[in-house]
Amino acid sequence: MAPVRSQPTARISVLDHPRVRRPDGSPSRSGGILTARLVAFVLVLLSLALVTISFREDPDGVLHSAQRAALSAITPLEAAGERVARPFRDAWGYVSGLFAAKAENERLRREVEALRQQAVENENAARENEDLRALLQFRDGPRFPAGYEGVATRVIARPPSIASSQEVLIAAGTADGVRVNDPVVTEDGLVGRVAEVTGNASKVTLLVDQTSAVSAVVLQSEAAGIVRHGPSGGSTLVLDRVPKEELVREGDTVVTAGWRTDRLESLYPRGIPIGTVTGVGQQDVDVYKRIQVTSLADFDSLAGVIVLVQARQR
Amino acid sequence: MSPLDAVKAAALLLLVAPFQVSVLSSLEVAEGHPDALLVLLVAVALLRGPIFGSLAGFWAGLAIDVATLAEPLGLSSLLLTLVGYWTGRLGEVTSRSSAHVPLLAVALATLGYGLGSLIVRFMLGTAIPASQFFVAVLLPTFALNILLAYPLYLLVRRLLRPPVHGGREVSALV
Repeated sequence: MAPVRSQPTARISVLDHPRVRRPDGSPSRSGGILTARLVAFVLVLLSLALVTISFREDPDGVLHSAQRAALSAITPLEAAGERVARPFRDAWGYVSGLFAAKAENERLRREVEALRQQAVENENAARENEDLRALLQFRDGPRFPAGYEGVATRVIARPPSIASSQEVLIAAGTADGVRVNDPVVTEDGLVGRVAEVTGNASKVTLLVDQTSAVSAVVLQSEAAGIVRHGPSGGSTLVLDRVPKEELVREGDTVVTAGWRTDRLESLYPRGIPIGTVTGVGQQDVDVYKRIQVTSLADFDSLAGVIVLVQARQR
Repeated sequence: MSPLDAVKAAALLLLVAPFQVSVLSSLEVAEGHPDALLVLLVAVALLRGPIFGSLAGFWAGLAIDVATLAEPLGLSSLLLTLVGYWTGRLGEVTSRSSAHVPLLAVALATLGYGLGSLIVRFMLGTAIPASQFFVAVLLPTFALNILLAYPLYLLVRRLLRPPVHGGREVSALV
């Protein structure tokens, strides 16, 4: 009898080949997907059923009771896990607390800074409010020049070249009826005149500027002259062109002259206080007296001013 | 699906669920937490396919809902079943040996689970502002889950050995 030759086989590995049917008769790939979908669908339905029952059921219902019972079984695991992890969690909490404290500290610093800024702004606003109230009292009082209306406004800027020119910007312009050469005053006295106007702002040349000159009289003696900037700058002025025979004493008040001729008229109405005489001198060679006047208006801390607008102008 | 795998995966998820709610949920970064249970589910579903993934998701959701005494019961199951199914499908259509697949799957699952949670919260009337949710909650959770992706995937791969039919064989007569 001839020996029977064995029939050798070879096992070929086919990795994840979709077309190869599984030897154990398991479903094809498309069948597998279908089954997977079916399982997922059933589980989703089951979940929805659980949600619905859980919603509708009493707290003492079967599902809730089962949930509580299951939790009781799990609780030791939770407690053990919590106990083991507590040191790590505390360390984590400490570190994150440090970060949180740092962020909180930064936030509080910013808040303090903002509040400090707010406090400064409030203080400024209160001071400005006080100044404006004083201006309004002046505008509505008997000292206010007749035939004029007052436009109360704020000083919004001073040009940087303050050493060479004494000017400020105010927050009123043509829209408020302000025109070039309108006088500008405070409740203390004359400040200057409007030099340039825009729609809602104006440039005011102060009395202490080198280009300023105002016809003035000494209230007590009616001695007339011209007030100009003083040689030392600041708020010191001089009353020039007062003849030597006029009687002027320290403490006298200098006010605007407010003259008028047939064709010309002073820019300033009569009687606006300018300053107080603080020094009087004369020499034989001089034609005029040397009168030093300290202005009543404080040019260094101008906050609010009133522009005198002729009543017909508005 | 071998019964041993099912037991292993069920036990793993059941053990991790209490750990998740008692420990990991208190590790807060911004308002996000690492979600190890979700990452483990993704790993299981990637390695074992959509049927196993769906079942594991349902089980994990049930465990979480029980561990937190969630009201109503079943919402987490619903969301995690879908996560498990779609992750399993992703595992089928991509090469499991590819290094980036676990990262991609965890990223997609975190986003999907987050969006699903947001929608469910919205439907239940407990929604938080979407911007806060995305920035304060989802973003840190996303980053933490990505960090957990590789270690937990390797752990699950070690636990669940490759399926028997991983190298499918046919016999041919020579």
